[in-house]
Amino acid sequence: MNKLTWLALVSLAPAIGADAPVIIQNATILTVTNGTVRGSILLQNGKIAAIGERVTAPEGATVIDGAGKYVMPGIIDCHSHIMADAINEGAVSVSSMVAMTDVLNPEDIAIYRALAGGVTTANILHGSANPIGGKTLVMKLRWGRNAEEMKFAGAMPGIKFALGENPKRRGNAPGGGGAPPNPANLRYPATRMGVEDVIREAFTQAKAYQASWEDYRAKTTRGELAIPPARDLKLEPLVEVLEGKRLVHAHCYRQDEILMLLHAADEFGFKIRTLQHALEAYKVAKEIADRGTGVSTFADWWDYKMEAEDAIPYNAAILTRKGVVVSINSDDPELIRHLDKEAAKAVRYGGLSETEALSLITINPAKQLLIDKQVGSLEVGKDADVLLYDGHPLSNFSKVLKVWIDGREYFDRDQDLAGRPQKQSEKKDLVDKAAAEQRPARQTP
Amino acid sequence: MKLWLLLSIPAAMLAAGEDSFLLRGGTVHTLSGAQIDNGSVLVRDGKIIGVGKDIAAPKGVKVIDARGLQVYPGLIDAATEIGLVEVNSVRETSDTTEIGRFNPQLVALTAVNPSSEHIAVTRANGITTAATLPQGQLISGQVSLIHLEGWTTEEMGVSRTAGLHLRIPFIRTSARPAPFDESSTSPSGAAAPNAFTEARRTFDREMAELNEFFDSARRYREAKAAGGTDFRTDLKMEAMIPVLEGKEPVLVTAIREREIRDALIFADRQKIRIVLCEAPEAYKLIQEIKTRDIPVILGPTLALPLNEDDPYDRSYTTPADLQKAGIRFAMGTFAGTANLSSRNLPYQAAQAVAFGLPHDEALKAITKNAAEIWGVSDRLGTIEEGKWADLLVTDGDPLEAKTQVRQLFIKGKPVDLDNKQKRLYEKYSARP
Repeated sequence: MNKLTWLALVSLAPAIGADAPVIIQNATILTVTNGTVRGSILLQNGKIAAIGERVTAPEGATVIDGAGKYVMPGIIDCHSHIMADAINEGAVSVSSMVAMTDVLNPEDIAIYRALAGGVTTANILHGSANPIGGKTLVMKLRWGRNAEEMKFAGAMPGIKFALGENPKRRGNAPGGGGAPPNPANLRYPATRMGVEDVIREAFTQAKAYQASWEDYRAKTTRGELAIPPARDLKLEPLVEVLEGKRLVHAHCYRQDEILMLLHAADEFGFKIRTLQHALEAYKVAKEIADRGTGVSTFADWWDYKMEAEDAIPYNAAILTRKGVVVSINSDDPELIRHLDKEAAKAVRYGGLSETEALSLITINPAKQLLIDKQVGSLEVGKDADVLLYDGHPLSNFSKVLKVWIDGREYFDRDQDLAGRPQKQSEKKDLVDKAAAEQRPARQTP
Repeated sequence: MKLWLLLSIPAAMLAAGEDSFLLRGGTVHTLSGAQIDNGSVLVRDGKIIGVGKDIAAPKGVKVIDARGLQVYPGLIDAATEIGLVEVNSVRETSDTTEIGRFNPQLVALTAVNPSSEHIAVTRANGITTAATLPQGQLISGQVSLIHLEGWTTEEMGVSRTAGLHLRIPFIRTSARPAPFDESSTSPSGAAAPNAFTEARRTFDREMAELNEFFDSARRYREAKAAGGTDFRTDLKMEAMIPVLEGKEPVLVTAIREREIRDALIFADRQKIRIVLCEAPEAYKLIQEIKTRDIPVILGPTLALPLNEDDPYDRSYTTPADLQKAGIRFAMGTFAGTANLSSRNLPYQAAQAVAFGLPHDEALKAITKNAAEIWGVSDRLGTIEEGKWADLLVTDGDPLEAKTQVRQLFIKGKPVDLDNKQKRLYEKYSARP
């Protein structure tokens, strides 16, 4: 982002300070997990303090009239790349040594735009260039704060896997057939067979590495003299996966590769937390449900690549009916702005109830990311990540009016609108000033 | 063999005369006048011959019960690549972009694949007609207006040459421009090649070539009319004649304010009828567009703002801005170019409603206005006597995601709402 833009936008961030309690009254409150309440919700000390038909406003509370308006929990996107300066370390087949935490840009305007669409939490993933990709983390969209302050405290970190066309692309000559490939430019794997092999090789190594450390620890516990194994930054995250300390988010499309991964995980004794995209997951819903694996998918994207040919907008509905925890994700800075409208499509395609549809973007992704104790529904004691809408969130005619994260307001449509003339004039002043400064330089040939 | 033949014949073809019926008891949203509660639409041989409250069924004419349902004209996606591309990433499945910069003789309809899965998937959401666009640098070819139903390309064609698609030349600077860094030098101290100057030069050349192409087409037309013995037919020039005579509009894709301005200057200079296409920054030139009464086919409402410091809802409010100014506009999804889907056309319209566009105007942007801009309002776009019976019957507002399409008619024929996605849904729902 250039300096001018940054200056123009930075004033969108709310002032940081002590947050007064907020009470929204007379609203339709969609709790997601406990039905609909017509009444009030109190946000206090960063948490949801009360929900009910009658809630007493504490002294000093900001009172918001919610008449005719709707309240729902903040939206959680289980697959995003916003605020990431880079997403693919694609030179190697296994890039588990790299981490998204090192490339976070808290000034990415996509954060504010997502916030304006009601997203409060996002799972920031590495790209899909390799069978085993980089380390991932969960962020809250606390616009205006630094990257460290945006991290979701206590959320388990993850790692990206990828199957199918994307990871095998580097193994094939650009443009497919025709020109003979230059082997020096190719990277293993080139096929789905190779993708499986890369994963199995890596976990074979990780098991041996894990065993070498267990052996070392056992020896030192017994008081024996032992030399610690050399640290391997590539294998450490995989050992964490084996020990259940790091969640696997696996990009995939076709049913065959989904089963391949589930079987590989069975073999090495770890879990796949979520299948990402998984546009053919509906074909193997039973196998996915049996393992407690979640699916995070698009509402209706299809046919943009060969492996997306059999994608159907009924994916979420079939999987839900067969007992899989499903979320709708964005993977895109535009789609992330209307995940509510994407969830609404699940009512149309496959007949999910409105609560089931809302779950796809709230409590379900929270469960997938193991943060459902803190967020994902409106319950007393949970984080006050709350949205105020001017209509039902699943209606295409509704929009987000206000967004709170931890009880602090991070988006307010009225304030955004009111601030526009000032920002425009600020921008104009800066552009004029910069242009004036540049004028002599421009005259030189 | 005989059995196979029978099974493969769609319902639409089985019963002759199925394009005559009385659709009775629905709420009829004509979009040409007031909504008619408990209304009826009488259709004969594929055409609407009556719309009103108390229409009796002529003898022998089938009555279709629409009580409790909503009736709309079929939706029109005013700009897509539907039929021209199947799978975006597989180049063998794409026929959108030909080699060369001046291809007015190419016609989109030629390459429309009637068996494309996108056709059945799209019409299942109520879209009955789409304009499909060739793509490329400068003049890419003729836009065709197609019905999303038909045994052959010919049967699908509503308007084979509805308009000429032009991408207005623009200054192509690579990556992000550094507007205040033109004086940078290379490490050796010599002046670095000035990317902007280069791009500007290319732009000037393209603009000159484009004007020359139109000028030579005009000379060709005069030579043809003069009928000299040495006159030779030129297919590219022939294709330009309807444009020069104002019988066919030029659909000009222009993104940035500057490009839109250039498009207006070009139209003024060449005295041609244009339709602005995509034009996300049309809101910056309201007055100029309004004065010339130029219609606009807007790109997706659900799109990112072009500039980092644009308001977050910039693309959501553009339709309302145009409507308030009295500019005629329709909406296109430009499906095929990305993960956009033509079937989501009504939701693109709905987002504009959420941000200020009157509901009726949103519906018109995807029906009536599209038909007018593409010159087929005598046949399509509203529910009126004399027009084709392209009818959408739903259980609610088609702009809402949860609404289901109950029935669809194209030229009065019931359209099969089944598609590959529904079949996969049924098949795998039943997996034990």
